[in-house]
Amino acid sequence: MTDTPLIVTKDLKKIYAMGPHKLEALAGVTLSFDKGEFAGLVGPSGSGKTTLLNIIGSLDAPSEGSAVVMGRRVETLSHKEAARLRNRHIGFIFQTFNLLPVYSVYENVEFALLLLGDPPAVRRRKVMAALDWVHLADRTKSKPAQLSGGESQRVAIARAVVKEPDIVLADEPTANLDAVNSHNILQTMERLNRELGTTFIFATHDGKVMQYLRRKITLVDGRVASDEPVDGRVSSDEPGEGRSATPPATPAPGARP
Amino acid sequence: MTILKLALKNLLGAGLRTWLNVFVLSLSFVLIIFARGLIDGMNRQAEQAMIASEIAGGHFQHPAYDPYDPLTLADAHGPVPAPLAALASSGKAAPVLVIQGTIYPEGRLFTVRVNGIDPGQALLNIPTSFLAAPNAPNAPTDDASDAEIPVLIGTRMAKMTGLEKGDTFTLQWRDARGTFDAREAAVVEIFSTSVQTVDSGQIWVPLALLREMTGHSGEATFVVIAQGTAAPVLAAPASARPSGTPADPGAWVFRGPDYFLSDLKAMVESKTAGSSILYAILLLLAMLAIFDTQVLSIFHRRREMGTLMALGFTRTKVIGLFTLEGMLNGVLAALVAAVYGIPLLAWIARTGWALPGDTDSYGFALGERIFPAYGLGLVAGTTALVLLVTTVASFLPTRRIAKLKPTDALRGRMS
Repeated sequence: MTDTPLIVTKDLKKIYAMGPHKLEALAGVTLSFDKGEFAGLVGPSGSGKTTLLNIIGSLDAPSEGSAVVMGRRVETLSHKEAARLRNRHIGFIFQTFNLLPVYSVYENVEFALLLLGDPPAVRRRKVMAALDWVHLADRTKSKPAQLSGGESQRVAIARAVVKEPDIVLADEPTANLDAVNSHNILQTMERLNRELGTTFIFATHDGKVMQYLRRKITLVDGRVASDEPVDGRVSSDEPGEGRSATPPATPAPGARP
Repeated sequence: MTILKLALKNLLGAGLRTWLNVFVLSLSFVLIIFARGLIDGMNRQAEQAMIASEIAGGHFQHPAYDPYDPLTLADAHGPVPAPLAALASSGKAAPVLVIQGTIYPEGRLFTVRVNGIDPGQALLNIPTSFLAAPNAPNAPTDDASDAEIPVLIGTRMAKMTGLEKGDTFTLQWRDARGTFDAREAAVVEIFSTSVQTVDSGQIWVPLALLREMTGHSGEATFVVIAQGTAAPVLAAPASARPSGTPADPGAWVFRGPDYFLSDLKAMVESKTAGSSILYAILLLLAMLAIFDTQVLSIFHRRREMGTLMALGFTRTKVIGLFTLEGMLNGVLAALVAAVYGIPLLAWIARTGWALPGDTDSYGFALGERIFPAYGLGLVAGTTALVLLVTTVASFLPTRRIAKLKPTDALRGRMS
């Protein structure tokens, strides 16, 4: 943890025009996230979880208020600056995996590094380390269509963390997975968080995810209803229901001994 | 490089859809190049045929000669200027005397142009040697006044008059004194040529005999110059004469190949303009295929666009990616077209393309087969044009991406 928060939102509002009506998705959200947090935005559908995640990820801009991510005000960023922020500092994990269908597993993970301009040798080392971490080093040539849901999401995780981002934003990452795969995915992310210090922020209403969170922020109607640390967190060292206790064979990408 | 690699992968990953587009585009490539090559080949063939059979290196014409007005023929002749006579004696020029005549084959009457030419000339691709062949059935004899006039005609003339080789007919003409005279003539040979202007309505006779028949000794209507021979200066050009001064009868006018070919070139240009409609239709088809594919692609791949933006692509890069994908259709089409188009077009260029029907009706000096000519400019120009069209067709639908919000794209919606 550092003294300076990675993310600070202040009185954040997001209003969508729906014809003659206006929909207030966020109604003044003030939050901050420090480095290394493993936090979740929880709440019912329409509570503003994804909207907040999108603004933090500079995929969207607030209507009012401010969001400062990695020292940059999201609302003032140009398209190019926002793209650069996402490319260098933020990894995304989506509910529907969103892998590039024509790319192999290896190429999907490598894609983020290509955009960063890493040399081929560095890319290969990082990609293999990331795939090793998610136990998919033997599926490098497979296409997304040949993977199960759990495997696809593990590729998405590898793609999100391979560039060693400061923040990973995961929008309902387990919604399309069964319990076993969900726990495996969550363990993987928790381990990355622990070993790399990467900040993870989830948008979820999945109870399985909540078991792993260290901070739970409940949103209701676009407002923060509660923001509390979670005491009953389950560690990956303590296998729970449907969870695998198998430790990774290799350290996380970028992990220091 | 990333965009190019991704574009290529997306394109090839689309499988059959891509290859159908590529095939349609490649057809456009091949058909445009073939059609243009055919017109170029036709043009070139017609030019070569006209130069070989009619123009050679150009004509020095008697100042009163108007090839489009037969009534001028009576006065359009004069002594061959000395420099041209010198050229003729060295085989680099061929004088031609032209008069108007009438023939009566099988009792029918045809007005013809009678061309007197040296049987030994080698400048024009007309088999005039038959006019002097010693074994010709009606070769000129020492007693020219009694012998049948040997006549060479083309296939069109033969068809028009019903004459065959060996047939005889009466030829009537008017001599230098204005007196009508007539004599029997015999067809010694019928030649085939694609150049109508040396065939239709014309007969060819020995120059010396025609001069003798008409009393125009040493005279000619025009003098054909050998190709590659510099035209000698005969007299001051008309523009150098004081205004109102009548033309010097000795001032023969030189008409170079460009003069004779100008009508042909104008005709080719008009045909080229007409054929542009075909190119436009072909290009439109190609453009529609690409445009349609792009629209569908953008619609179906919104989520992918959102993912790319989330990974760090700007909208400009996404637009570039989709435009590049469309453009690569053109590149692949060029490659596919090369695979089957080069052997196919080369084969047609070698064997020629048979023209349907009577080629005389085309208004060109055409053979029965056209040999297309494919220049580097034609291939490069067509390739550039198709690539430009596919790029534009690819780019137009992608403008919607400029308005696309990453969040909407990730949800699979268009902004």
